[in-house]
Amino acid sequence: MSMKITTRQVDGVTILDLSGRITLGEGSVLLRDAVRDLLAKGSKQILLNLADVNYIDSSGIGELVSAYTTARNQGGELKLLNLTKKVHDLLQITKLYTVFDVKDDEASAIASYTR
Amino acid sequence: MLDIASSSKQTASYRLKRFVTHRIKDVMPKREEEHLAGQQASRVTYTLESSLDSVNKVEQTAEQMAKKAGVDEDEIFKITMAVREAAVNAVLHGNSYDPDKRITASFENTGDSLVIRIADQGKGLDPDTLPDPLAPENLLRGSGRGIFLIRSFMDEVHFKQLHPGTELTLIKHLGTAQSGS
Repeated sequence: MSMKITTRQVDGVTILDLSGRITLGEGSVLLRDAVRDLLAKGSKQILLNLADVNYIDSSGIGELVSAYTTARNQGGELKLLNLTKKVHDLLQITKLYTVFDVKDDEASAIASYTR
Repeated sequence: MLDIASSSKQTASYRLKRFVTHRIKDVMPKREEEHLAGQQASRVTYTLESSLDSVNKVEQTAEQMAKKAGVDEDEIFKITMAVREAAVNAVLHGNSYDPDKRITASFENTGDSLVIRIADQGKGLDPDTLPDPLAPENLLRGSGRGIFLIRSFMDEVHFKQLHPGTELTLIKHLGTAQSGS
């Protein structure tokens, strides 16, 4: 199953609801393009909702890191929401869990962005 | 009496058939199954193009193999992911998607272990020169975690230089990985 992204706005934060697999090829490219488009349009507060991401490979992990650093370098904030256990474990073993700002509740995630 | 017209037609047809068969063999995935003497185990080997479709094929085969061996869900995920990473390395970093280069993937259940070998025809890989993805200066890199994940998820990982190319052998010991054990 390939990845799908739907976008919504809540209180100035752009939430990307991702579902499927973030892997080399389609999933990674889709995520990269979506984040770049948002930043280009000036939407710099981005929340990636990974609740329905059932699989991510090293390329997908790399893409999350690149999205995070790209947003940060442009003065933005990119956070992660609702990690599945598999994605959580992968971020733990790659020591990225503490690099990302990871949230498990949408309302408090929205409230945490700099105003 | 020899029918020359018919004979030359047959020759042309035979040549065409040989050519087509040759081309198909070149392009189509090749599957070989070996029944290993004196064992219940068998080894299946695929020769595949350097493409993402091949990566998916290898990943799916590993998943089926692990399920068939009665491995539990968490271990199936780890094996499948490690094998996918090895296939990605072979296709992307080894063969650089070169249409003239192939990857081979073999799958064997020895009874004690699942043994998966993935080989490419690339420039070769020296695992000792890979940067540590957990080092603070590498944490924010967008790549370089594949081999680390393979090593994290498998019980044994071996590298062999093929000149040209690299073969990775991934081993998961059964027993601890199987459901209910």
